[in-house]
Amino acid sequence: MSSATLYDKVWALHQVAELPSGATQLFIGLHLIHEVTSPQAFAALNDLGLTVRHPERTVATVDHIVPTTSQARPFADPLAEEMLTTLERNCHENGISLNGLGSGRQGIVHVMAPELGLTQPGMTVVCGDSHTSTHGAFGAIAFGIGTSQVRDVLASQSLALNKLKVRRIWVDGSLPPGVYAKDLVLHIIRTLGVKGGVGHAYEFAGPAVAALSMEERMTVCNMAIEGGARCGYVNPDDTTFAYLKGRPHAPTGEAWERAVQWWQSLASGPDAVFDDEVRFDATAIAPTVTWGITPGQGIGVDEAVPTLEQTPEEDRPLAQEAYRYMELQPGQSIAGLPVDVCFIGSCTNGRLSDLRAAALVADGRQVAAGIKAFVVPGSEQVAAAAEAEGLDAVFRAAGFEWREPGCSMCLAMNPDRLEGRQISASSSNRNFKGRQGSASGRTLLMSPAMVAAAAVAGHVTDVRTLLPA
Amino acid sequence: MTTAPFPAGSIVQVHGRAVVLRGNDIDTDRIIPARFLKCVTFDGLGAQVFADDRSEQQGLHPFDRPEYQGASVLVVNRNFGCGSSREHAPQALLRWGIRVVLGESFAEIFYGNCLALGIPCLQASSTDIDQIQQAAEASCDSQLSISLDPAAVELAGQRWELQLASDAQKMLTSGQWDATRQLLSKDQELTATAARLPYMQRFAAG
Ligand code: SF4
Repeated sequence: MSSATLYDKVWALHQVAELPSGATQLFIGLHLIHEVTSPQAFAALNDLGLTVRHPERTVATVDHIVPTTSQARPFADPLAEEMLTTLERNCHENGISLNGLGSGRQGIVHVMAPELGLTQPGMTVVCGDSHTSTHGAFGAIAFGIGTSQVRDVLASQSLALNKLKVRRIWVDGSLPPGVYAKDLVLHIIRTLGVKGGVGHAYEFAGPAVAALSMEERMTVCNMAIEGGARCGYVNPDDTTFAYLKGRPHAPTGEAWERAVQWWQSLASGPDAVFDDEVRFDATAIAPTVTWGITPGQGIGVDEAVPTLEQTPEEDRPLAQEAYRYMELQPGQSIAGLPVDVCFIGSCTNGRLSDLRAAALVADGRQVAAGIKAFVVPGSEQVAAAAEAEGLDAVFRAAGFEWREPGCSMCLAMNPDRLEGRQISASSSNRNFKGRQGSASGRTLLMSPAMVAAAAVAGHVTDVRTLLPA
Repeated sequence: MTTAPFPAGSIVQVHGRAVVLRGNDIDTDRIIPARFLKCVTFDGLGAQVFADDRSEQQGLHPFDRPEYQGASVLVVNRNFGCGSSREHAPQALLRWGIRVVLGESFAEIFYGNCLALGIPCLQASSTDIDQIQQAAEASCDSQLSISLDPAAVELAGQRWELQLASDAQKMLTSGQWDATRQLLSKDQELTATAARLPYMQRFAAG
């Protein structure tokens, strides 16, 4: 059993009570809500005659359903409009602050909260969205919840939970040029499997993780859930504090000093005990691309689609289903596979550093003929910062569309979607069948720089050949 | 089609016919494709469950086959419900008529979401699940009888033991799977916890 890890310490601090079922009642420090998973929770709260216990600890934004071409109200899609007006009404009636369209603070919920300084080390953070694991990058215990749990948090600012095991994922070395945080996490998932982390929290540590920026750490923690881990985290350090300092919701003055001291005290120390540990070598990782229908079906860009013989027996039915669905042959190399749509965005890779990395590849090149390529910044702040340094102009000149912020084609609840059998190179996090809006659409997950490389080449290609030496 | 009433109170036994859905890693995007999440109530989801798989299989999907209509026991394989945290997935199954799920394993969030709706998810070994699936297919008119304590399923004279985590077992059989009231009953403890968390005091001195 783990002890003295950040997970153990934060868990102990937030423990409210032991419940008759044996579960722990855990206090929740930050509750993020959006338009998709909150309306039914507010309705249930009303039905029970309950009110929001800590409205100041809940923060809302709108991201999943917003169009990225014109965000004028009312939206063209009446269902999307109804979802947004319902969120606006629920926030208004319950005294919850909403970072709405045009506020300058709207964005994908997992981009918005960190950049406002809402997400802080040592907090418990929840949201009705599985990629809440993103916030673990700050040394928070952050995880996605279902709508009934959203109701529970609104009502009681707490949840009934069972403690997870803690696995340390130790990464030695450093990522080579052209290899990004996305490749690291795709590599980890490929190695440990999409169920490898079930029942675990992942602590990401080691020299390669310590060297990551906050945005990169968010990319890694974001996809912990794709590896089956309900949450992933990185211990808070100077990189964390430097990122937080001066953000709108970060403490200031003497309170800042006290906060840093408390945050430092929470990190897993030398006495920390983990349930187990898995080691990786960052220097051995290549740009990684998924070829199949789960995020675990990833390979290096210089590798071939695994054959059945190369696939563990229990994974073979899924591999066969993936060959069929993706129309790929075992043994076929992934580089050179033509794509139709290139999407740069999402809570995995829609931050400023992601757009910079993609722009570096797009700069001075042209999107290949017949390819639809578009960039969706993760938030209004990301959009403004990117425009201030001219990234939008770089993308436009190269033939990419530059869109308004939102979740967009990550899950295609808005008008951005694949058509028919189209195949996309996508910087998002899920390649499930039908994920990007067409029931038969196909998705290849990769880093934003690799998506930009696919856009200019017209097919999957190794970004390392396009980077300045 | 009328379905059984929604779960309420203590759940000790569930009876019903089975619908067998084979395959590992069936994710929530397949259970309810994302485009159907655009709703402010869950009411219409029952008709949309497995929408894409069903249209692809043109009437041959288990949820469309006549012999499985009115079934309330879903029998699946490994890692069922992986993917997003959307509660729409168990809600869609619930509204189609599912009251209990048997499988080799379940994704964690899906499992928790089901529990919160009063849908027990019980596990068995892959051999046993295979046998249960075959038995259910061979006699799709027969009722399965599932008990939660001890966890077991009976069908056509055969019996298999099932696994159910003890906390879920307690919550379901005691009728305390609806957590909200329990959580609210700890009012003083909630206040005390908030008071000892420095960020709740904005890191004020003292
Ligand atoms: S960008 Fe994608 S994964 Fe992230 S919150 Fe939006 S829909 Fe979910």
